[in-house]
Amino acid sequence: MRGAKSAKWVAIAAVVALGATACGGGGDSKGDSKAAVDPNGIFSVESGEPQNPLQPANTMESYGSLVVKSLFSQLVSYDSAGKIVMVNAQSVDSKDNKTFTVKLKSGWKFHDGTPVTATSYVKAWNWAANPANKQTNSFWFSDIQGYDEVAPAKGKPKATEMSGLKVVDDNTFTITLSKAMPYFVYKLGYEVFSPLPESFYKDPKAAGEHPIGNGPYKFVSWQHKKQIQVAKYADYKGPDAAKNGGVIFKNYASPETAYEDLKSGNVDVLTQIAPKDLPVYKQDLGSRAIDQSFSAIQTIAVAYYTKQWKNIDPKVIQGLSMAIDRNTITKTVLNNTREPATGWVAKGVLGYKPNVAGDVTTYNPTKAKQLIKEGGGVPGNKISIQFNADGGHKDWVDAVCNSITNATGVKCVGDSKADFQADLNARDAKQVKSLYRSGWVLDYPFIANFIRDLYGTKSDGNQGGFSNKKIDDEIAAADSASTLEESEQKYQEIEAQLKDSMPSIPLWYYKVNAGYSEKVSGVKFNQAGDPVLEGVQVAKK
Amino acid sequence: MGRYVARRLLQMIPVFIGTTLLIFLMVYALPGDPVRGLFGDKGGSPQVIAQLRHQYGLDQPILVQYWHYMKNMVLHADFGTQIASGRPVTDVLGDAFPVTLRLAALAFLIEMVFGIALGIVAGLRAGRITDNAILLVTLLLISVPVFVLGYILKVIFAFDLNWLPPNVNDSTNVNELLMPAIVLATASLAYVTRLTRTSIAENLRADYIRTAVAKGLPRRRVVGVHLMRNSLIPVVTYLGTDIGALMGGAVVTEGLFNIQGVGGTIYQSIVRREGTTLVGLVTILVLVYLLANLLVDLLYAVLDPRIRYA
Repeated sequence: MRGAKSAKWVAIAAVVALGATACGGGGDSKGDSKAAVDPNGIFSVESGEPQNPLQPANTMESYGSLVVKSLFSQLVSYDSAGKIVMVNAQSVDSKDNKTFTVKLKSGWKFHDGTPVTATSYVKAWNWAANPANKQTNSFWFSDIQGYDEVAPAKGKPKATEMSGLKVVDDNTFTITLSKAMPYFVYKLGYEVFSPLPESFYKDPKAAGEHPIGNGPYKFVSWQHKKQIQVAKYADYKGPDAAKNGGVIFKNYASPETAYEDLKSGNVDVLTQIAPKDLPVYKQDLGSRAIDQSFSAIQTIAVAYYTKQWKNIDPKVIQGLSMAIDRNTITKTVLNNTREPATGWVAKGVLGYKPNVAGDVTTYNPTKAKQLIKEGGGVPGNKISIQFNADGGHKDWVDAVCNSITNATGVKCVGDSKADFQADLNARDAKQVKSLYRSGWVLDYPFIANFIRDLYGTKSDGNQGGFSNKKIDDEIAAADSASTLEESEQKYQEIEAQLKDSMPSIPLWYYKVNAGYSEKVSGVKFNQAGDPVLEGVQVAKK
Repeated sequence: MGRYVARRLLQMIPVFIGTTLLIFLMVYALPGDPVRGLFGDKGGSPQVIAQLRHQYGLDQPILVQYWHYMKNMVLHADFGTQIASGRPVTDVLGDAFPVTLRLAALAFLIEMVFGIALGIVAGLRAGRITDNAILLVTLLLISVPVFVLGYILKVIFAFDLNWLPPNVNDSTNVNELLMPAIVLATASLAYVTRLTRTSIAENLRADYIRTAVAKGLPRRRVVGVHLMRNSLIPVVTYLGTDIGALMGGAVVTEGLFNIQGVGGTIYQSIVRREGTTLVGLVTILVLVYLLANLLVDLLYAVLDPRIRYA
């Protein structure tokens, strides 16, 4: 959700955009520009005012995330297939998936010239995990041993440092988790795990206004509500060094105005296209139009705490799912900006398999009717789908409702909340009447993120009160697997069983609809739906 | 005169308190929590949420919050802190107001000059072809919604003719502000024209105008001084209230032309439940309204000596 207003993200409003820097090494432009490339050329990208200060552990929405991602490098990152790539780390090894030894590449420096050491990481993580520092992403450290002492759920903190982090020498430190997790390395690619320079702690607030990082770009200026500028960091040693001279993040009030500016040459890269321009943008931009999938999914979640669904036979939910004509709705109402989902895990994630849900996500009105009947019918023969009116969801919610009613005769209405805040409020207070719109953009490209973090009984992302002991046990088993491959396989088995309990109804995967100007080439988007800034090449004037 | 102004200024205090309290309570009544909203679908750690709520005093009763807020505002000119960005609200206001002020000033100039000019022309030729043509145009301007007009202008002047840039990237550039200012001014311009026309047409038949003409005064002086001074009273009233509307009500126009001004900031503060930012903005707008009203009342006395404020 790019800012609370824009359409692309409102779907998953205020989402954590997780940068997966697709290190497309050698991903040169495929002859889409004949002009010579200017390695110091500066280009602009459509963005908005970051909600939070630019502190790596405090950035939750995509505007800020995009900037922070360009200024800070983490230990690892991943390529477009979801495979790990070492960035600031030489190696991250573990014998038991519980204690990880991190070795840093030597010679890395922050933009202020101070060296990046093991302490830069350990101190930064401890600082961010401490609730007194009020970092919005602090719960990301909860896997690390000693987090509960630093940020107890109740009472006063007993420690200010997590016991699981130990500095061995300048270039080595160890991370001990509270329990084994074979895919923990995947989490380390998120910007919350960035290192911080010593100067940060003197005045964290000032550092949020003028961040000093270790990434491919260094900070130049932030004109609030207007633009943020970053420039190529010449001494950058990582694999994802910038192929351009710098980026200007331009603040746009709406995607419509940004599109107009793209056409008149005032902005180079758009990250989204307004609904109004979707029908024409491919004609307007030709080969400079981008249409690809990214790792996010829209679902209809079931409020299992309501009287209506408390003891429901999953067959009924399966029936409702089969009554939704995903193909037609994505083609017409959604203008091809989504693809019908065939499972609970989005594309571009390690462990994704197509057609996991089988029949359940295939439109079949006769079978839908039959299943609902077998399951004892929908209580009250009426459902409602809660959504936020400020997010452009009304059209598809109505279409889904019509599809369900036409196929099964179950009455269905949209339950519109004024805006995302009101929508969240109802979810938090467990006041959803029947079903609600939900969405998820990847945090890290591993299958667990779409299963464990959404459907575990105690997961943060589980707001519908879904709880299934068997699934919880299997998640625990998958988490304690000895290798990444084994864990992935176990999670795939769990996903294959989700259709028997139907924690939510998968609807469709998101797509990036974007475009760029004639001045730039090599524009690619990663799994998180963000442009890969370092890879953009600017033509010589 | 001085006593009158003093009395008016004193009257502003209860109005000021009333409006700010109302806004405060309205934001409070909306469902949603600015701190929780930062975390979106993901849910955050309860410890951090509690810490943030405590820092911004959101865990206190609403009236206590209001009291602290007003105390800081009046005593230290401190409008609080924006919850998401952690920036002082005064900074946020400082970003937004100059932009809107420039836009509003330009729009105000356009509507005043063109509105009064068209009104005089129509009023002097009341009932004839010119008058009817102007009537038609102003009715059209009043009835076309702002975003339609904005979009039409964009297509014509930016995309087809390339005379003006379609959006505002630099708010100090008058060239870029011209189109949004015209859009913002049109509806008010039409009202100013109608008001001026009626008033002029009415006063044309007044005794003192007949006397002035009989005295053999040049037409310029009759219209420019005798007629104008008396006819402008309703127009000045309208223009005065419009200052406030231009400052705060430009949400649609600002969004249309990518102007990061007060309108957009108000919209965003409501969506994010940023009560402090919103009250800060509205407080300034209330002050603008009150002062504009006072100015209008004082102008009456200048325009018409028969109005005296003891």
